[in-house]
Order: sequence, then structure tokens, then C-alpha cells
Amino acid sequence: MKIVVAIKQVPVRDSQLRVESDGRWIQEGDLNFEINEPDAYALEEALQLKEKHGGEVVAICAGPSRAQQTIREALAKGADRALHIEADDLNTLDTLGVAKLLAGALKEEKPDLILTGLQSDDLGYGQTGVVLAELMGIAHATIIMQVEADGGSIRVKRELEDGWFQHITMPLPAVLTIQSGINKLRYATLMGIKKAKSKEIKAIDVASLGGSPAAVASIDKIYIPQRTKQAQIFEGDVKVAAAKLVEKLKFEVRVI
Amino acid sequence: MSILVVMENRGSAWNRMSWETLAAGQQIGAELGVPVMAAVVGKGIGPLAAELATKKLDKVYAVEHDLLAEYTADGFTSAVEQLVKASGATHVFFPHTYQVRDFAPKLATRFGQMLVSDVIAIRLEGGKPTFVRLLFQGKLNGDVRVSGDGPYFASMQAGAFRADGLESGTAPVEAFTPTLDAAAIRQKPDAPFRESARAVDLTAAEIIVSVGRGIKEKENIPIVAALAEALGAELAASRPICDNGWLPMERQVGSSGQTVSPKVYMAVGISGAIQHLVGMKGAKTIVAINKDANAPIFEVADYGIVGDLFEVVPALIEEVKKAKAS
Ligand SMILES: Cc1cc2nc3c(=O)[nH]c(=O)nc-3n(C[C@H](O)[C@H](O)[C@H](O)COP(=O)(O)OP(=O)(O)OC[C@H]3O[C@@H](n4cnc5c(N)ncnc54)[C@H](O)[C@@H]3O)c2cc1C
Ligand SMILES: Nc1ncnc2c1ncn2[C@@H]1O[C@H](COP(=O)(O)O)[C@@H](O)[C@H]1O
Repeated sequence: MKIVVAIKQVPVRDSQLRVESDGRWIQEGDLNFEINEPDAYALEEALQLKEKHGGEVVAICAGPSRAQQTIREALAKGADRALHIEADDLNTLDTLGVAKLLAGALKEEKPDLILTGLQSDDLGYGQTGVVLAELMGIAHATIIMQVEADGGSIRVKRELEDGWFQHITMPLPAVLTIQSGINKLRYATLMGIKKAKSKEIKAIDVASLGGSPAAVASIDKIYIPQRTKQAQIFEGDVKVAAAKLVEKLKFEVRVI
Repeated sequence: MSILVVMENRGSAWNRMSWETLAAGQQIGAELGVPVMAAVVGKGIGPLAAELATKKLDKVYAVEHDLLAEYTADGFTSAVEQLVKASGATHVFFPHTYQVRDFAPKLATRFGQMLVSDVIAIRLEGGKPTFVRLLFQGKLNGDVRVSGDGPYFASMQAGAFRADGLESGTAPVEAFTPTLDAAAIRQKPDAPFRESARAVDLTAAEIIVSVGRGIKEKENIPIVAALAEALGAELAASRPICDNGWLPMERQVGSSGQTVSPKVYMAVGISGAIQHLVGMKGAKTIVAINKDANAPIFEVADYGIVGDLFEVVPALIEEVKKAKAS
């Protein structure tokens, strides 16, 4: 089974985000980056499927040169090779644009299965996989918590709201968007890290895919949300703050 | 210009978020002075369409077909695609549900557009909507402008619009029968199910102490568990804590976990992503403990302590014990 995993590099969680002076994106200069969390689970799922059914795991990532590091980490965990679409203008592309680049780069790969994360931590559109499936003319299912492959079809467990689930069977090839928590993530081994150095990362020029697609939805401005409700914050000495909070809980909320 | 709101239901029950989206449609429609239509999609939806017809709308579409009895991405995409074309709608609104996430992006792609998802407000500038949406898990907002020929697609986040502002009226119901081909529907769904009965019922708890990724390691969970014990509270968690197996799934609060409305909900080291907030913002009093003063959780909190939970929680336990003793 040939499995492609779409991975995106995003700022590490808990980064202090500052808006760029033009107000259109964040200042990236002093940030560190990592793999988008659900994409790590998608990669793990691909590796486990390969271990069960054989085949190949190919990572694909559109992003600037710093994305190389995240790609290397995917190779160290066990991906066989990678495609790197060298795109410096990710935040001005929209999902349709990114999906078009991914679809273009995958044209010759003909994977049986494509796994993406269900949502990116930065843009959070939650749809690149679905759009990719439509562009490639193949079936899809979203928010997946379990995958069983069986010859030409797969059976997946979709997460619904409020603790409900549903099984769905689909023909291959297909795109699945993977939910965090579907499996247990592995760490890269020293051996894996060593091997990754000799694995192929194929650089793909955006121009060779027909250039950056024009955006149909663009982010004009980003900003820190206005608070609608003013929380009463207890600051200063931890003991004093804790005492004040407990006083509120006892005399106003009356739960102590 | 005209607005079409695609409602969501499971069987004969509405998804509540649909009404909020309908309110958004009415609001924008009124401000722009353009027609507002709504659609219900499925099988045996007559009563739902009749209920929709009691709202102030220019038209209600009852989109009905045997192949829409169960939700499938392929079936719904095709049906709504035909409806959008037939209705001539320029703006199509959805509630931002898991089902909408599953098919609306595919639908938008068919029109060369993209779904503007997770919308929390709509601003009108020069007669054109600008969509405000969440970025970076709610830490930032972004204004999104759509271009091209449309139609434009947007999905509204839970709680962004108020359903109690809905206007009543009488609307004509039009039956719409899409052309669907069973062979073109690739997803074969089984019936939805719930995992085995929940051993923990968080919905009955008066006080909930909920722990998030700020706790860093499994070994630290007892620190927060001790606070829960001191307060006589149930222990709950954000999703990553359950994903990691640090606490069982049944203690998860949020859109894919339990929805709770206790007297007090204390969020410890939880950032306040929207999928967590929808599960707990009905709590009477919300307390947040977080080292990041800009964490979105403070937007819904009544009380907060900005600080390191590893210092704050032990101090709290001590004060709670003192307060209980006195
Ligand atoms: C479809 C879908 C469904 C989802 N369903 C759910 C759901 O049901 N429930 C849910 O919770 N999430 C759900 N999520 C995930 C959600 O988007 C967030 O990723 C998640 O809620 C984040 O959990 P967290 O706040 O614990 O972690 P983080 O976002 O990583 O936040 C950790 C917080 O801890 C603070 N912190 C760190 N160290 C300390 C310290 N020493 N002292 C004090 N504070 C500290 C940080 O400032 C930060 O604010 C879902 C996501 C999707 C896409
Ligand atoms: N630039 C990118 N490169 C590779 N994969 C991506 C990229 N952007 C998005 N994806 C994939 O699409 C998923 C959903 O992203 P989004 O639609 O932005 O929420 C992510 O989890 C990734 O798997």
C-alpha cells in the first residue's frame, strides 16, 4: 500500500504570537516550528498501516525551507521519502491553493491512501484534505479515529459530536483526515535519525506546478481578539491570589 | 445577492447550531436588504420544513431523496450543489459542525471557491461581508475577504450568533428533488454508535476541576487531582490529556467529549480552544489558572489567576483546606 501523509510545519504550541506590522500575519522571525499535531498522528497511522500491510510511506509538505527540519523528523520516524513543495508564501495562499499544489505534486505518485491532519493549528481551516480529495476525484472521510484496510477498500471510524462514532466503508484510493489521539505516537530512534540523512527529499518548485494559484479567500488583517467578558484576575503573590480566589468561591459562589 | 442557510438535522431532530446560523442569515439579509432562504436536507423531512416555514424567510427548500436518508459526503455534496445552482444563492451559510466539515469544503471546491470555516462574526463593508474567523486555536482573529464570482461559502462557529434573535414569519416551502445516483456515493455508512456506557457522568457534578496540557506530564496529574479532592470536585480534562492516555476518555470535556454546566468549572493549564469551550461555557462560574495572560480561556472566565499552576495549585489546596476548616 502506498500511503502519502500531508504534514504542515506550524509554530510550536505556546509560542508568544506577535502580529507583524502590516497586520497581515505573525512575526515569524523569533519563533520555533514543529509538525502540526494531528499530522503527527496521521504519520504514525501511516507507519502502522505500512507495518501491517507493507508498502511505502511518502511525506508531502508545502512550506518554506525551514520546513525541511520537520520533513527530516518525519523521515527519522520512518517515512520512506518526502516531497517538499517549496512555497514561501503559504499564508497568502488559501486552502484551495495549497490543495492544488498538493494535488499537482501527487499526480504522478498515484497513492492508495492519503492521510492529512484534520486541522492545522495556525490557519485552522480544517479542510485541506477534503478539498484535495475533490481535486483528485477520490473519496474521503474526516475526523478519523481508526483505519482498517482490506484489499481495495477501507473501513474507518469517524468521530461525531458528543461522544458518538460511526463506521464508514469506502473504496481506495481515498483521503482521510486524521484526528489527534487515534494512536500512540512513537519517538524517532537514533537509528532512524541516522537513516533519515540518506533518505530522499524531492524539492518541487511551485513554478513547475503552474505557479501559486490566486487566492479566492484572503486574510486581510489579524489581531488579538477583544475580550467580551472581563474576568476578575488575581495577581501578585501566589498565596494572596489563592486566598482571594478561595474567598470568592466561599462567599460569592458559595461552593466551599 | 441572496443568502441560503443549509440547516442540519439528525433524523427528526435539529442540530441546535443551525438556528444560530439561520439567525446570522436573517441578520445579514436584513442589513443588506436581500432575500434569505433556508434548506433542510434528508428524507422524511416534511415536519422540519414546516417548522422552518414559521420563520421569517423568503423560501424554504425541502431537499428530499431516498439516498439522503443517511448522511454521506458524496450524496450531500451533490444534492446541495444542485440546490445552490437552482436557488441562485450568492452566499451559502452552514453551522460549523462535524458534518459540515465533512462535505462543505468539497462543495465549495466544485464552485472554485473555499469554505470560510469557523466564522465568529460577519462585518459588512460596502455591502460585502467580511468574515471574522478564529486563527491559532483562538489566540488570534483574522478578517477574511472572499473574491471571485462566488457563490461564497461560510460556516458559523457555535455561540457566535444568537438563536433567540430569530424572527418569525411565514415562508413558502418548495420541494427540491436532486438527481442522485447510488453508484456515485462511495461512502457506505453504518449506524452511529456510542462507546460503552460512560462510567463517569460529569454532567451531574457541581464542581469540576479540569486539567490541560499545562500539566506537562502524566506524573503531575495527582497535583490537580488533589485540588479536585479538596474541593469535592470531579476531575475532568482537555482532549490532549485523554489522547495521551493520562486520564480516561470519559473525563474529556468538549465538542467530542462531554458537555457540562456545573456551578464551578476550574480550568487548570487549559488554553481555551473553541472545541473545549463549547463543552463548558455553560458553567455558572468559570475559573482559569494559566501562565499566559492572553490565553483565550480568560475570555470566558469569571475569575482567573495568571501564574504557574505548579505554584498556584498547591497554594489553592492549602487555602481551600483552611476555608473548609474554619
Ligand atoms: C474536531 C475537533 C474536536 C476536538 N474536540 C475537543 C474536545 O472535545 N475537548 C478538548 O478539550 N479539545 C478538543 N479538541 C482540541 C482543541 O482544539 C485543543 O487542541 C485542546 O483543547 C487543547 O488542549 P489544552 O488547552 O489542554 O492544551 P494547549 O492548547 O496546549 O494549552 C495548554 C495551556 O496551558 C498553559 N500552561 C502551560 N504551562 C503552564 C503552567 N506551568 N502553569 C499554568 N499554565 C500553563 C499554556 O499557557 C496553555 O494555555 C478538538 C479539536 C478538533 C479539531
Ligand atoms: N502546507 C501544507 N503542506 C502539507 N500539508 C498541509 C499543508 N497545509 C495543510 N496541510 C494538511 O491539511 C491539514 C488540514 O489543514 P487546514 O485545512 O489548514 O486546517 C493539515 O493537518 C495537513 O495535514
